[in-house]
Amino acid sequence: MVESPSRRPRRTGAELGAALRESFELQSVLVPLYAILLALVVAGVVIMLVGSNPVEAYWALLRGMFGSTDRIAASLGRSTPFIGAALAVAFAFRAGLFNIGAEGQLLVGATAAAWVGTFSWLADVPGPIAIPIVIVAGAVGGAVYGGIPGVLKARTGAHEVIVTIMLNNIAVLLVRWLVNSQDPLLLRDPGASVPRTADIPASARLPEVIATRPPVHLGFFLAITLCTIVWFILKRTTFGFEVRTVGTNANAAKYAGMGVNRTIVLVMALSGGFAGLAGAGEITGTSGFLSPGVFLGIGFDAIAIALLARANPFGIILTSILWGSMLSGAGLMQQESGLSIDAVRIVQALVLLFVAADVIVRTLFSVRHTAETTLETTQITSGWGSTT
Amino acid sequence: MSEHRPPILEVRGLTKRFPGVIANQGVDLVLHEGEVLCLLGENGAGKSTLMNAVFGLYQPDEGQILLRGEPVRFGSSRDAIAAGIGMVHQHFQLIPVFTVVENVVLGNEPRRGPRLDLDGARRDIRELSARYGLEIDPDAVVGDLSVGEQQRVELIKALHRNADVLILDEPTAVLTPGEVDDFFTVVSSLVEQGKSIIFITHKLREVLAVADRIVVLRGGRVVGETDPAEATPQSLATLMVGRDVSFTIDKAAPSPGAVVLRVQGLVVDDDRGVTTVDGLDLEVRAGEVLGIAGVEGNGQRELVEALMGMRAKRAGTVDITGHDVTHASPRDVIKLGVGHVPEDRSKHGLVGPFSIADNLVLNRYGRAPFARRGLRREDAVARQAVDLVEQFDVRTPGAQVPVATLSGGNQQKVIIARELTGDLDLLVVAQPTRGLDVGSIEFIHNRIIEMRDRGVAVLLVSAELDEVLNLSDRIGVIYRGQLVGTFARSDAKREHLGVLMACGVDPEAAA
Repeated sequence: MVESPSRRPRRTGAELGAALRESFELQSVLVPLYAILLALVVAGVVIMLVGSNPVEAYWALLRGMFGSTDRIAASLGRSTPFIGAALAVAFAFRAGLFNIGAEGQLLVGATAAAWVGTFSWLADVPGPIAIPIVIVAGAVGGAVYGGIPGVLKARTGAHEVIVTIMLNNIAVLLVRWLVNSQDPLLLRDPGASVPRTADIPASARLPEVIATRPPVHLGFFLAITLCTIVWFILKRTTFGFEVRTVGTNANAAKYAGMGVNRTIVLVMALSGGFAGLAGAGEITGTSGFLSPGVFLGIGFDAIAIALLARANPFGIILTSILWGSMLSGAGLMQQESGLSIDAVRIVQALVLLFVAADVIVRTLFSVRHTAETTLETTQITSGWGSTT
Repeated sequence: MSEHRPPILEVRGLTKRFPGVIANQGVDLVLHEGEVLCLLGENGAGKSTLMNAVFGLYQPDEGQILLRGEPVRFGSSRDAIAAGIGMVHQHFQLIPVFTVVENVVLGNEPRRGPRLDLDGARRDIRELSARYGLEIDPDAVVGDLSVGEQQRVELIKALHRNADVLILDEPTAVLTPGEVDDFFTVVSSLVEQGKSIIFITHKLREVLAVADRIVVLRGGRVVGETDPAEATPQSLATLMVGRDVSFTIDKAAPSPGAVVLRVQGLVVDDDRGVTTVDGLDLEVRAGEVLGIAGVEGNGQRELVEALMGMRAKRAGTVDITGHDVTHASPRDVIKLGVGHVPEDRSKHGLVGPFSIADNLVLNRYGRAPFARRGLRREDAVARQAVDLVEQFDVRTPGAQVPVATLSGGNQQKVIIARELTGDLDLLVVAQPTRGLDVGSIEFIHNRIIEMRDRGVAVLLVSAELDEVLNLSDRIGVIYRGQLVGTFARSDAKREHLGVLMACGVDPEAAA
């Protein structure tokens, strides 16, 4: 029997709404999980080909990641900067912006924190004031650096992917010069034998919660709080609604009277601010000073993490911990099975590959495909720079 | 006459199921040689599915297709084309940067050695043009052609592959009234030369003008067969919808009040920088509908976008309820109490992945009661959604489902629900019923008239002359960015407006 829609029995809204939400949530977790599984299998084949036993290697990796309290703590410590940086990328994703510049924003934020942290008067300021000053300096540095592509996009239409890539290079080279240069002497600590900035006074350092190497410092908990705040902003505030509308259909946002350009600038600045916070957290929480080159790659890993987490703020916490732990645990794997640390990089790259090319995963594990048009965040994998 | 001719195409008991839906259920259909068979039905009635099955794009689950009496089974459209079936889709399948002849041979390129040999095809096109009255230059670039000309290219493409049966899917949807007449001439010359045509449409006027026989589909089944001599628009609509439908809206005489919208000397450029609104003046009063008739592309889109603050103006002024909004932002315009039903619902009107509830607050998400101090009030958003879904008869399993999962008619109802509620002074409505079925059109038209009767000034822009004639109290014709004539509804004659739309010159004044 064919019935017209009007005569088809109506299911209650709540029932179907819940079912749809459930399938959405399940879907968004399933593909990354299967992607990780598949990546482990494929990397396992590679490990076998180079003559090691993948089961032993993975077992060592797992113990290296979470094998003891200290190892867990070190893993969390290693994961901390990824959370802020990935949140930066994810937040921009939600507004339809591809912030490839977390790398540069994090570096500028770290530099700003390292610079402000060595102001001579800061040593006399009590910790509860000094720490926020350093952290805010990092956030402002990142926000300014992230705001530049935002303003350029809003004013001239310059694509943020291109601009942020260029700004990454500028940041890396600028910071190298700032810290290396002896004449003029800029940020370099003249007393140090290697190029680095001076130590931040102990009062301005983020307290360590667990003193592993790297330590779990307060920044880890700040990052988790930040993720919660961003989730709340996206879900419950009118600004978050604007961000999601601009990210999903900028034409409709304009039609509905939203300030699209204003949103773009704000989101890019906030995004840069999150990355800057991640950089500042590392400076005041982990190292206490800046040496050029320490943060290289975090901003790029952050893109992978944001993709894997499907730009979900809570997903980012879990994914960042997974990412950081793998890097942290790779040492034990190297010791025990003689595999290069880079094997972990291969796994991570494969995870990203399978998340981006999710058709492979969906076909292999027959994950049903929800129509693209009904999912807000799946578009992030569909085309870099395809939106205007 | 058609009864004397042998059947060329027969469909017997065709059933096509999609997951959860039966698109066609036991459909029987006969097309005789040299006749025009109109397939009439609302959106979602199964017309396109049926024709796609005939054209080999879908495999039927049950039933048979017979061509010239022989059972056939098409694995793909390539088989169908080889068997002499041609289809012109609603959305043309042409490559705009190629020439006419290149498009015609595409997929079946004649070669001389390794080289493409277009001379033969060029000759064929000239010959087909002459035989069927399909005027076209084989070497014109398709992107430069008008929509009507592009349609001719599609027809020539099908004829060049020796199609005897032509399936035309909503062929007139994109044409101007004048082009529609030309198109009907082409159809009759095709039939005279022995071609058989299946013509899919939901426009009743056209069916009666062109059909030899009419088959009506509803809910995937054939619900009636008739011929134009016996049918009236009323009887066809009743068959299509399954209940009585009124075409003319019962509306009281307008009682126009103060001027709400005043546009003077408006000049607007389109995206390419071409001036498309060129010194336009208009006025809309409270409690009246001003209908803007015109062939698409004469500046309607730019006019509406400029009024709403979405597009910069080169010159002129716009004034709404005494406020100068020439340089206002969309938000400012909306705040003055202006509702806007946009021409392109998926591009502007809706955010597809968002829920119906969120789409219903798209232009007022930040205002009480939907938000307070920057925080959304989900309960108020949900409550409004439940109310409006009920009030505007949006057919949906619930207000929290993504709006993109709704049918076009229901999506449009969501937009109408959002834009027609609230304290409005002005309503700007662009193409409000494009692609919708008779039932939804009737509903939306009644709502617009309700707004007028409540004292809202309504500016209606539509390419459907019938719609403009039905709804408007005054009618303006837009041509190349100017209003070339404004008439009271009682003075407006269909034919007269059609000529004005096509050439911008008042035939009576010229004579």
